[in-house]
Amino acid sequence: MFKRREIIKSMAIVAMTSTSMLAAGLSGAFAANETLKIGFVGVTSGPAAAWGISNARSMQARAAWINETGGVKIGDVTYDVEIVTFDDQKDPKRAIAGFEKMAQEGIHYVVGPNVDDGAAAVRPVAEENDIIYFPYAFPKALYTAPASNAVLGMVANYQSGPAIYKYLMEKKGVKNVAFVAANESDPLSQREGGVAAAKALGLEVVSDNVTYQVDTTDFTPVLTPVMRSKPDLLVLSGVAPANAPQLIRAARELGYQGLISTETAQDASVLQEGAGELANGFISVGGASTPEIATDAMKEFVDRYTKMFGEYNDESNTKVYALEYILETMKANPASKENVGEFKKTMETLAAPNIYMKGDAKLSYVGSTSFGQKRQISVPMVVNEFKDGKFKTLFIAQVD
Amino acid sequence: MEQVLANGAYLGAQYALIALGLTLIFALMNVLNFAHGQMYVIGGFVTYTVYAQLGLPFVVGLAASAVTLAIVGALIEKFLFRPVIKKSVREESTMLLAAGIAFFLDAIILLVFGEKQRGVPKIINGIFNYNDYTMVMPYDKILVGFLAIASIVIFILYMQYSKTGRAMRALAQDKVAAQLMGVDVDKYSMIGFALGAMLAGVVGGLLVTVTGINLGMGGPTSIKAFMMVMIGGAGVISGAIAGGFILGMMEAVGLSVLAAYGDITYLAIFVSLMVFLAIRPQGLMGKPWG
Repeated sequence: MFKRREIIKSMAIVAMTSTSMLAAGLSGAFAANETLKIGFVGVTSGPAAAWGISNARSMQARAAWINETGGVKIGDVTYDVEIVTFDDQKDPKRAIAGFEKMAQEGIHYVVGPNVDDGAAAVRPVAEENDIIYFPYAFPKALYTAPASNAVLGMVANYQSGPAIYKYLMEKKGVKNVAFVAANESDPLSQREGGVAAAKALGLEVVSDNVTYQVDTTDFTPVLTPVMRSKPDLLVLSGVAPANAPQLIRAARELGYQGLISTETAQDASVLQEGAGELANGFISVGGASTPEIATDAMKEFVDRYTKMFGEYNDESNTKVYALEYILETMKANPASKENVGEFKKTMETLAAPNIYMKGDAKLSYVGSTSFGQKRQISVPMVVNEFKDGKFKTLFIAQVD
Repeated sequence: MEQVLANGAYLGAQYALIALGLTLIFALMNVLNFAHGQMYVIGGFVTYTVYAQLGLPFVVGLAASAVTLAIVGALIEKFLFRPVIKKSVREESTMLLAAGIAFFLDAIILLVFGEKQRGVPKIINGIFNYNDYTMVMPYDKILVGFLAIASIVIFILYMQYSKTGRAMRALAQDKVAAQLMGVDVDKYSMIGFALGAMLAGVVGGLLVTVTGINLGMGGPTSIKAFMMVMIGGAGVISGAIAGGFILGMMEAVGLSVLAAYGDITYLAIFVSLMVFLAIRPQGLMGKPWG
């Protein structure tokens, strides 16, 4: 009998201990950070996958870093950041589906889409569902009133192009220019912007009607007619990183000795592998960082990204910024987490420290000159020259 | 004009080699292999890995591409197409399977090789410059063009004179008659599919030296290969070669002559193809009865 009582007593102690341990565990779980979901809708498959993948991975690497170091504090609450990604396959219909998914999940802040037609297509869905989105697309209508939910996530070609052409006119004596673009909305609109900027600066445009299919693999036939116009500068409007080395290589092999430039970001390793020394002298708008301006935080980001995904992408120097802007705006005004109206108000005044750039650089929204309202994030406009496998900074500027 | 013709000849040689594997698989198994382009991409990445990453000679990379794709092709035929063909009488089953394999291989390529464009060091430096840039052609393109033509010749000779080639031609002409004559359908279907995949791998390995390679090249390559096969006649080896050279020449001439009117070369090619197929749906060398 005694034995039996002892057994029951032991069991009760074990049960109580287990219950209290479980309760402690649960309370620990309850004490864990809440989750802040940020969306990404962009292209992570197909020929332009590099653009969207560098976006998504930048966000994931930064989110993992934030979560590992305790989360992000917005008001009195600390959150772990969760990145919800959606591959739009560069298809506007899929981009709309992606934004609808974000709306269903209650997400108010989305990075992407990566291209013009996708960014234009999602506008009604974003406005209807109170989503602020950060496209990498250049049409001014997206950022000019009455549009107000899109925030340009990088430097536009009509902002960088004139700066590059002016530099090349003054430093390299460029007098005429030819444009080549893929037959797609982004490159074509960038070509139009580039042609207008070149003409405004007094450059003679000797060729601006040659285009190529985005899946072209041999660019010699494409560039043969362009080379007849003997331009001082060949502009590869909106060129994808996958096509740039082949275009450069074809131009050089056809005997072209002039300058080649683009207003899109490129990747040094891709240029080196695809064109080698033929790419020396190629001018592009780089990722928004250089060894001269990169802080330890930027170096750590690159390190973490590389460890997470095996290889870094230079474009991520720019792509890391959008998430940072979203979080800093929320930190500055916690009400903006759920209220995009508050977010828009905070955009007018935000001046948060830029942890990725040396000096006293601030994260602040710009775009008043180009769009009449602050609908662009401020990132350094770094213009690079490719040389022996690396980018060398030509000059750094700021928009607005 | 010399440059345009040289561009067309080079494009034609590479296109013909791409189309050969596709038409071979179609002839043997009546399968439209939508994953042909992805096989080409894997071939390019294998050569890239062996030649550029591991630093081994280019020929080793090319051989590795050929062997890898032959194995991949044989496995796909044995474990995927063969059961589906045996169980399903509807042709769209194999089409769906092929499309599924294309998506699957795209995902594998992304996981294994990443999203970036890849390129390898030039196998030969320098350019052939005729008459002060009247016509230029890099030596590596000339070499690749010759290798493509040599591969086509070897393939034709193999199909014509080897026992395996004869068996595959018999299968392509009449499967039942070939079976009655003792041809092992399963065995030669697998060899044929492996050979078709191997050709895709070889052309991927060759072209990575000129065009580089990236994840997104598979789909467009398949589409172009289908166009060549439709021009020449589905399932006809000589038709695929003719289709490749015709498409290459049309592209080169169009890009030069129509350059002033914007990117209408492929529009013109597609319109021509529609008109052509309306008049001759079986293609140049295909038979009206299939």
